[in-house]
Amino acid sequence: MALLEVDNLVVQYYTDDGVVRGVDGISYEIRAGETVGLVGESGAGKSAASRAVLRLLDGAGEIVGGEIRFRGRDILELSADDLRAIRGDEIAMVFQDAGAVFNPVYTVGEQIAETIRTHEAVTDSEARDRTIALLDRVGIPNPAARYADYPHELSGGMQQRAVIAMALACDPAVLICDEPTTGLDVTVQAGILELLAELAATSETAIQLVTHDLGVVAELCERVLVQYAGEIVERAPVDELYYDPKHPYTVGLLAATPRLGDDRERLPTIPGTAPDLIDPPTGCRFHPRCPYAEDCCASRRPSLVDPVSGRPDDGDPETHVAACLEYTGDLEAGLDYEVQVRDAADSDCRERKQQGEPR
Amino acid sequence: MSDRQPTTDRGRIRIVGFDDAAEQKRDSDASSDTADAAGTTADPSIASRGATGIDPTTASASALAQPGRRLENAWRRFRRNRSAMAGLAVIIVMAVLAVFAWPITVSTAEVTITLQPFSLAPYDPTAMFVAPPNAPPSLAHPFGTDWAGRDQFSRVLVGGRYTLSIGLVAVGLALCVGVPLGAIAGYFGGWIDEAIMRVVDVLYAFPFLVLAIAIVPILEPVPILGSGYWTVVVALAVTGWVGYARLIRGEVLSVREREYVTAARALGVPDRTIIQRHVVPNAIAPVVVQATLNVGTVVLTATALGFLGLGLEPGSAEWGAMLAQGRSSLLRGDWHVTVFPGLAIFLFVLAINLVGDGINDALEPDRDGRDDRRRMR
Amino acid sequence: MSLGRYVGRRLAITVPVLVGVTALTFSFVHLLPGDAVDAIVGFRDVSAETEAAIRAEYHLDQPVWDQYLLWLRDAITLEFGESPVTGRDVSATIGRRLPATLALGGAAWLLALAIGIPAGIVAAVSAGKPADEVGRLAALAGIATPNFWLGLILLFVFSVRLGWFRVLPPDAPLVSLATVKFLVLPTITLGTAAAALVMRLLRSSMRRELDAPYVTAARARGLPERTVILKHVLRNAFLPVVTVAGLQLAFLVDGAVVVEGIFSWPGMGRLLVRSILRRDYPVIQAIVLVIGIAIVLANLLVDIIYAILDPRIRY
Repeated sequence: MALLEVDNLVVQYYTDDGVVRGVDGISYEIRAGETVGLVGESGAGKSAASRAVLRLLDGAGEIVGGEIRFRGRDILELSADDLRAIRGDEIAMVFQDAGAVFNPVYTVGEQIAETIRTHEAVTDSEARDRTIALLDRVGIPNPAARYADYPHELSGGMQQRAVIAMALACDPAVLICDEPTTGLDVTVQAGILELLAELAATSETAIQLVTHDLGVVAELCERVLVQYAGEIVERAPVDELYYDPKHPYTVGLLAATPRLGDDRERLPTIPGTAPDLIDPPTGCRFHPRCPYAEDCCASRRPSLVDPVSGRPDDGDPETHVAACLEYTGDLEAGLDYEVQVRDAADSDCRERKQQGEPR
Repeated sequence: MSDRQPTTDRGRIRIVGFDDAAEQKRDSDASSDTADAAGTTADPSIASRGATGIDPTTASASALAQPGRRLENAWRRFRRNRSAMAGLAVIIVMAVLAVFAWPITVSTAEVTITLQPFSLAPYDPTAMFVAPPNAPPSLAHPFGTDWAGRDQFSRVLVGGRYTLSIGLVAVGLALCVGVPLGAIAGYFGGWIDEAIMRVVDVLYAFPFLVLAIAIVPILEPVPILGSGYWTVVVALAVTGWVGYARLIRGEVLSVREREYVTAARALGVPDRTIIQRHVVPNAIAPVVVQATLNVGTVVLTATALGFLGLGLEPGSAEWGAMLAQGRSSLLRGDWHVTVFPGLAIFLFVLAINLVGDGINDALEPDRDGRDDRRRMR
Repeated sequence: MSLGRYVGRRLAITVPVLVGVTALTFSFVHLLPGDAVDAIVGFRDVSAETEAAIRAEYHLDQPVWDQYLLWLRDAITLEFGESPVTGRDVSATIGRRLPATLALGGAAWLLALAIGIPAGIVAAVSAGKPADEVGRLAALAGIATPNFWLGLILLFVFSVRLGWFRVLPPDAPLVSLATVKFLVLPTITLGTAAAALVMRLLRSSMRRELDAPYVTAARARGLPERTVILKHVLRNAFLPVVTVAGLQLAFLVDGAVVVEGIFSWPGMGRLLVRSILRRDYPVIQAIVLVIGIAIVLANLLVDIIYAILDPRIRY
């Protein structure tokens, strides 16, 4: 039994224009100590899915189906008190806008210490000492002084580190990070990633990393889930996802990543825009934008299958599954792309010589 | 099956083939779009789906684009608000009653023009002793009579004219002074801003009613303001403009920093145009709400002035003045002199507040934007 | 900047405002129609000696600027001269009446907070439910009711008809059971609208804060809902209420002017109205000055308190 199991989760939002199924039946699991990435564009529903785990959806959203099991207990069935006991203590969240996470009228240290005091029976000075130790652990210099700082007195990077410290305060089993590096400078981003990597390596904490940045995922995660329009379209260990992507959307994401030394004139993009979830496309939700779409793609909804055998997903987190009709043998033309790998040896000189030559 | 081979190499990744396939798709989408436009619909879902999507609306884009549509949406939201619509209905009814209560005539030496001939009021509001004084409500006189034997019902109906018009005119005048001054202060900043804001601060130190009380005797002898009506209006306008000036200055300050204003400046658009076309329309929403709610405040102050005996000429059917006799009547046990005019004031101010709240709810742009963004995550 | 420097800056801005307030008040008598002397004596006929005495007392033969400074100097020492109408010392008259107005205003303010704050919190937390709608309508009714009307009705029902309260204030010192009992109706009259305003403001402020990310984050940390609301949200939601507190003072003064008259309460508001009707302009001038200065200082105090509560404002 995995630490956290999400089973066919459905989340709906009620808007002026209609009902939106932001998350439409996703399932995944997170085992103790592993780092899993959840990737997708804005609007794919990744943040909604993450917030749903702790039942933190804002007023307009509602969980209408599925189960979320933590250590075997369904979180959706927990009483308010039991839920509160889990929040922050066993499952903690790191939100995107670090500055907004802190209450502006209390000091940073006080808010972290408050979290400790809420879940554990400690004295005020014990909480304070632990807080300072936490601030130190996340790499904030001069932690004792920073304890008494207000949130707006810290730089963006420091704020994000403080948010991570606050999430780690009670040594949670699962850490859900919602776009922790988005909006930060690249150098600051690197620091945060380093911190998260070190945490993943040294502690028992499982990390669910939600992001749209493939580079971040590559660096930190062991397994990756790709989400599109409220559904999981591919799941794989990280190496396999990058070197052997199966779903056309994943391929498109990888193709669209710009690289240094890229000699193409135009950046490729995935055609079209993310779909309107009030009235999602029929059949495969990606088919309007998929370069390989055929007629059957508009009418049949693909489910996650093993691309090699065509058999449906059995839930084993280590297997590579993708939701494309190609793998159940229904496409005629097939998927026309190729993953080319340039190893370090011939990269430099070959690049320069072959500039201008079509590959 | 595809002609793609799974790879076991490790190193720098590059995807080949997707871009070309995507190009092809874009071309075929474009051509099928034009084919569709020509007439028959093949499979519209595929072609059109490629174009639908969520348009990211940045604050600047939504601010400039389609102001007409924003108004439409706001009106729709307002219409759905039941209490706001009820308030609006009450105001309209009261306005109609006020206009048609008694004939409106304009007369010069030779000619008398009757602008409005209807009279809903059963009795002339100024006619005394049409019934015994202080008579309680009856069928003939639904609101009773006052100390001079005048029919209260007619007086309440006609009194609406003073109240409604004072409210609207005073607020209108205050807006005409306050909005430009506040916009100028906010936009230009510097010493202009400081000067105007100091004046605002000084005026703010005096309560609304106290200031109006102090201004009335100053304005009384001024010839055109004579009758008392305009004295009250001007007094209320002079005290009322400061709130709008401050409000719009704050709004202008925040709008001024937005990119589209900087862009307009960079393009050489003159300041006055920027203020008119870009700054004011975006900053005006809270002012509208405030102005609507202020009609209520102004009415309360105007009626208070009437109650205190300042302002309109004695004997006029102004609701506040009618209440001035209330205390002595009450002590005698005649409650009807107090209840009905006060009820009229209460109803009007309540209705105005409902409408103002409704406008506030309907015009809340940042709330909507935030909600949409949150949902689409 | 630190709190000290922030306070210094606010003080620096307050000084020109105070100057403006005094100048405006001073000019009141001179803005009145006719000669200043006529205005001061309220357009009554007076003997030549009285006229000369007044000219001397108000320094009317000197240039306006000097008149202002002399008047200001006198005002600072609370020397407002004598009322030409009653002959009594103006500052003594005001001094006698000030405590009465302070008592009424203070009681109304406390009532407004005691009712408005809990009501605002309840309304914010139960948004969308019937309690919220009821509260919203009650608050709107409270704001829409003219205070003079409310006072008259309360007076009629509870004093005239039911006889629970006196109609006129008792002949007893300010701090006595009889006076406190009498103050119940005037306090309710004056405080209702203020309570409604506080409730509405707090409700909308809290609703805005409840949407803030730090609230979700606080819940995500497992803090109990009560802590989230009372410790985190309220502290932030209170800030606009504190800002408005200065305006509340002006609002209460306005109300007192009318309410004191209805209940014959011997305060400054009643004095102001009487003076207007009697054309006792020096008294009016003195009262307006006291009010103006008080409000400016109160707003300064409010600004400082706000800076203490909100660390962001100091930077």
